[in-house]
Amino acid sequence: MDFKAGIIAMPGAALSNKTGSFANEIPVYQHKACTGCNLCIYFCPEGVVYGDKKTKIYDFDSDYCKGCGICAEECPVDDIKMVLVEK
Amino acid sequence: MLTKEETYNQLFTMGHTGCSGCAQSMAVKLITEVLGKNTIATSATGCLEVFSTRWPESSWKIPWIHSLFENSAAVASGIEAALKITGKKGGITVLAQGGDGGTADIGLQALSGMFERNHDVLYVCYDNGAYMNTGYQRSGLTPFDAYTTTSPSGKESFGNQRPKKYMPEIAMAHRIPYTAVASAGYPLDLQKKVKKAKSIIGAKYLQVDVPCVPGWKYEPKYSVKLAQLAVQTGLYPLFEAEYDKIISVKKISKKVPVAEYLKLQGRFKHLFRDDAGKAEIEKIQKIADENIEHFGLL
Amino acid sequence: MKKVLEGSMAIAEGVRLAEPHVISAYPITPQTHIVEHLSQMVADGDLKAEFIMVESEHSAASVVLGAGACGVRTYTATAAQGLLYMEEVIYNIAGMRLPVVITVANRAVSAPINIWNDMQDAMAIRDTGAVMLVAENNQEAYDMHLQAFKIAENRDVMLPVVVNVDGFVLTHTFEVVETIDDIEKVRQYLPPINMEYKLDVESPYSFGTLGEPSVYTESRYNLYNAMNYSRNIIIDSAKEFKDMFGRFYGSLTDSYKMDDAQTVIVAMGSVLGTIKDVVDELRESGKKIGVLKIRSFRPFPEEEIVSALKNVKNVIVAEKAICPGKGGILSVEIRDVLYKHKINSVNVNGYTLGLGGRDITPRNIYDLVLRAEKEENVDGEFIGLSQQYL
Repeated sequence: MDFKAGIIAMPGAALSNKTGSFANEIPVYQHKACTGCNLCIYFCPEGVVYGDKKTKIYDFDSDYCKGCGICAEECPVDDIKMVLVEK
Repeated sequence: MLTKEETYNQLFTMGHTGCSGCAQSMAVKLITEVLGKNTIATSATGCLEVFSTRWPESSWKIPWIHSLFENSAAVASGIEAALKITGKKGGITVLAQGGDGGTADIGLQALSGMFERNHDVLYVCYDNGAYMNTGYQRSGLTPFDAYTTTSPSGKESFGNQRPKKYMPEIAMAHRIPYTAVASAGYPLDLQKKVKKAKSIIGAKYLQVDVPCVPGWKYEPKYSVKLAQLAVQTGLYPLFEAEYDKIISVKKISKKVPVAEYLKLQGRFKHLFRDDAGKAEIEKIQKIADENIEHFGLL
Repeated sequence: MKKVLEGSMAIAEGVRLAEPHVISAYPITPQTHIVEHLSQMVADGDLKAEFIMVESEHSAASVVLGAGACGVRTYTATAAQGLLYMEEVIYNIAGMRLPVVITVANRAVSAPINIWNDMQDAMAIRDTGAVMLVAENNQEAYDMHLQAFKIAENRDVMLPVVVNVDGFVLTHTFEVVETIDDIEKVRQYLPPINMEYKLDVESPYSFGTLGEPSVYTESRYNLYNAMNYSRNIIIDSAKEFKDMFGRFYGSLTDSYKMDDAQTVIVAMGSVLGTIKDVVDELRESGKKIGVLKIRSFRPFPEEEIVSALKNVKNVIVAEKAICPGKGGILSVEIRDVLYKHKINSVNVNGYTLGLGGRDITPRNIYDLVLRAEKEENVDGEFIGLSQQYL
C-alpha cells in the first residue's frame, strides 16, 4: 500500500514537468545592450532566467520557459526579443 | 549571479503549471527566495496549491502543506505551536499563504484568530482580486466595476458594485506587529518587506498585488506593467504599518490616470463603451485620488 | 489509585497520561469541562503542552492538523454543532492520514437547539475516515483515550480516532475511577509518536497535494484499507491494555450474558448501564437475554456482530440517533451484515429513544423487550412520544 499516494509529494518533484511545451513564443537574449540590471531574473514567473551581472550574459531555460514575454517587455534596454516557436 | 544549475535549486521550482505570465508564481518565487530553506509553508486551496502540487509533482522545496480553503492561518498556528513545544521554533519561519478569497472571505475568521493570538506566522495574501481558480468569480477584494463571472457587466450593470475590502486595515486593527502591502511589479520593495517581516516575532500580514492573465484578461507580457500601473495610479497603495500606525508608503513617481490602467484589461472593457462608462471611470479615479490623499502617496 | 472523578476530569486525566504536545479547542457544552481541566493542567505545569484556545471548532481541528503534520501528538475535543463544524477538517485529517485524537461529548444537533445527550452528532461524521470508539462509563473513557492514541499513531493505521463519550451522562457525572500512576508504564504502552513523513525542513515533503482522477481512488482505497486494518490494532490495544493495566471492556464489541441468549439488546455508550441492570433482572426471572455492546462503531465490527447474533431470535437495537428518510442507523447496519452473511433467522428491531437528553428508563428497556418479541423488522421506531406535541 502506497501510503503517500495522492497526498504526499517529494520536494521539487515538479522539475520533471517540462513546461516549455506551453510556449508559443520564446525569448532570444541579444547580448548587445544588457546592463546587468537583473530585472529579467526578478520578473520571470517561472524562475527560468539565469545570468551574471558582471559578464552581462543572461539566458533562459527553454525546458521550462512558458513564453510569457515579460522579460522582453520589461527589459529596460530592449535587449530581449520574442520569437515564435516552430512546432 | 544565478547560474543555470542554481535555477534548479530554487525553493519554488520550475515545472509548476501556473499560467504563462502568472504574477502569483513570480511573487512566490521572490518571497521564498528571501525566507530561505528554514521555512514551513501552508497554502489555502486555490490556484497556487493546484498549480504547484499536482501529485506526484511539487514545486516546493520547503516543507509545505495544503489542508482546506479557509484554514491556512489555523494550520500555520498549529505548525508554530508544534515547533514551539518541541523547541524547534528558533530559526524557522512559518509562512501561511492564501488568495484573496481564502484570506479576506472564507479564511477571514481563522486569520483573525491567528492575528489575535499573535502566532509567529507570516501570512501572505496573494491578491488577484477574484476567485480565479474556480473561473473568475467575485470576492471581497474584487475592485469596483470589475467584470467577474458573478459580477458581470451588462445592460443594467458595470460589474462589481462594491469597492475592495480594506483588508490591510483589518489586519492592522488586530494590532499585529507588522502589516505590509506590496506588489509583484516592485520585486525589491516586496523582498525588502518580506525580509523585515521575517525579522519580526509575532503575526505579520503581507498583501501582494498579483495580476492574473486570464482573470483580468490581458496579454501575459503585461503582468508587471499592470502591477506597476496599479501602484502609479494610486489604486493599489503600497505601505508598511507597525501595529496600527503606518510607518512608510511607496510614493508615486509620476501619477498615472486610472484609465491607462483600466484600458489594458478585459475586465474593465465595458467602461470604455460610452459616456456612462466614462462616469464610472471617474468614480474609479476618485477611489485612486482618495487613496493618494489618505496615504500621502504623492 | 481510586479517585472520585467527574467524567470530564477522568477524560482530561486520560489525555494527560498520553502527554500530547498540542491541544486546541473551542468551548461547547458539554465538552467544556474537559478542555478547562486540560488548560488548568497546562497552567499548573502538570502537562507540558501548547494549549491553544481558538476562535472556532474549524480552527481547533485545523490547528491540530497543522501540529500533527509536524509529527507531534495532538488532541482536541468538541460536541454537536462543533463537531459538525469540524467535519470538513476531520475528513481532511483522515485523508492526509494524521493521527489526531478527538473526544466528542455526544450531544443532540440543532434545531431545536438542545445541549443534552444523544448520538446524532457522531453519526454525522461516520464516513469521514475517523476511527470511532464509544465509551460506556468514566473508567472506560479514561482508559480509552490512551488506547485511542495508540491506535491513531500505529504506522499502518495513521487515522484520527474519535472517542465518543455521552455528554452530561458521563462528562458531568462523578464516578470512581482507578487512575494509572506509573507514567513509565504508560510510556511503555504508548511510546513517543514517530511519524515517517512530517513537515520538516530537513526532509521537505509536500502534504495535501492535488490528487487527480488518476490517483484519488487509490488514495481513498488506502484509507479504506487502513480503517479495515485498524480492527486488529483496536483489538491488540485493548488486549495489551488488559495485560499491562488489568482492565478490559471488550475489543470491537463486548458481550454481556450472551451465552444461550435468545434476545439481545445492542447499544453503544452509557445507556448500556441501564440496559445491563434490566437484563440482570430479566435473567433472574429466567429470561434468556443478553447485551451486545458496540465499542467500535468505525471500523464496524462485522464479524463480531455476526458471530454474536447469528443464533439469536430477537435483536433489539436501542439507538440515540435517527436517519430521517430511512430509519435507524446502527440497526440498519446490523441488519446489513446479517443479510450479507445470509442469516435471515434473526428478527432485528431498531428503536429510537433518548434523543436530546430524554432519560432512558429501565421501564423503556422492559417495553422494548416486550415489543420486540411481538414486532418484526421495526426500523427506527420512536419510543415514548408525547402525543400532545405531535
